[in-house]
Amino acid sequence: MMRAKSALAWAALTFIVGAPIAVAATSPYLAWRDPIYIIAGFAGIAALALMVVQPLLVAGYLPGVARPTGRRWHKWVGITLLGAVILHVVGLWITSPPDVVDALLLVSPTPFSVWGVAAMWLIIAAAVLVWMRRRLPLRSQTWRRVHTSLVGAALVGTVLHALLIVGTMGTISKWMLCLVAIVVSVKVIWDLRIWQWRRS
Amino acid sequence: MSQSGKVSRRRLLRTGGAVVATTLVGLAVPARAQGVAPTPSMRGGSNNYRPGAPIVERIGGGGFWMTGTVRRAGDGAPLANQRIQIWAHTTEGHERDPQSHGATLTDSNGEFRLEMPQIVPAFGQPHGHLAYDSGDFKTVFLRPIMNSARDKTLAAHFVLQPV
Repeated sequence: MMRAKSALAWAALTFIVGAPIAVAATSPYLAWRDPIYIIAGFAGIAALALMVVQPLLVAGYLPGVARPTGRRWHKWVGITLLGAVILHVVGLWITSPPDVVDALLLVSPTPFSVWGVAAMWLIIAAAVLVWMRRRLPLRSQTWRRVHTSLVGAALVGTVLHALLIVGTMGTISKWMLCLVAIVVSVKVIWDLRIWQWRRS
Repeated sequence: MSQSGKVSRRRLLRTGGAVVATTLVGLAVPARAQGVAPTPSMRGGSNNYRPGAPIVERIGGGGFWMTGTVRRAGDGAPLANQRIQIWAHTTEGHERDPQSHGATLTDSNGEFRLEMPQIVPAFGQPHGHLAYDSGDFKTVFLRPIMNSARDKTLAAHFVLQPV
């Protein structure tokens, strides 16, 4: 019974993360894009997908990945996520430098760019916070609240960025991935009592 | 979306203004739109611009139409023989690729039409780029957005200011 439950949980996660990527992989637009542009696009989708995994890991909700292990994985997946964001931006910059320069300078004509750029800086800030953790005079709960605020805002920015884009992602699988990422994050923030809205 | 919305609003106002003017002046007199404002360049309009694109019959294999008008600021008179440069991310190349660029001239009504390959969404929006950059009037870069990625045509309108 436990094993069946665990298999089901992993299957559900594989579907939620894998389906949007699989749908995007069948997009007709890919035929008219250079490899570096395709890599950049999928790096963005991967970063969004990893945002579903991150709260599950830190909370130890994945069967077989209990909390100490989950938190270790959370760190490595976080580094991967940061790498995916960098690959996304660099790949787009190689594809069309002026469009990326406009986005980074916040003068892009596309409304989604500003959300993407905001999410990028928030993720970088969250990563710096992790790197500086031991050197910062923050109580662990305060540190956790700052980290959660940064990545939570990054998730909101990423979701708005993704939903406003006409690209390779399928509409339904994109919305599903975004909704699941938000629901999972809210649940984990609640369960871990990052802010003590409720008494223990 | 908002960009193309702006164009249609402008068009609506322009058409409405012309109708009112025609009615007031009398139907025998051609419409005279007073004080037509010059078109400002759009954000990102000049991205991946390659000056001096050749005048072509059509860009690549065609199948998609870029259309529009060119008029003079102030009196709104149509401008003939104006060179409009066009480029986009299409089924035949990225915006930066030379084969994605071409130019055409306006006819005696100030209208232009250039066949080009199908525009496909790139950098999040299905959009095209157009430039007036010939020196007689102030340079204008436009970046119209298609309502749907399946559209087979896209329009952009220039009102140019003499230098």
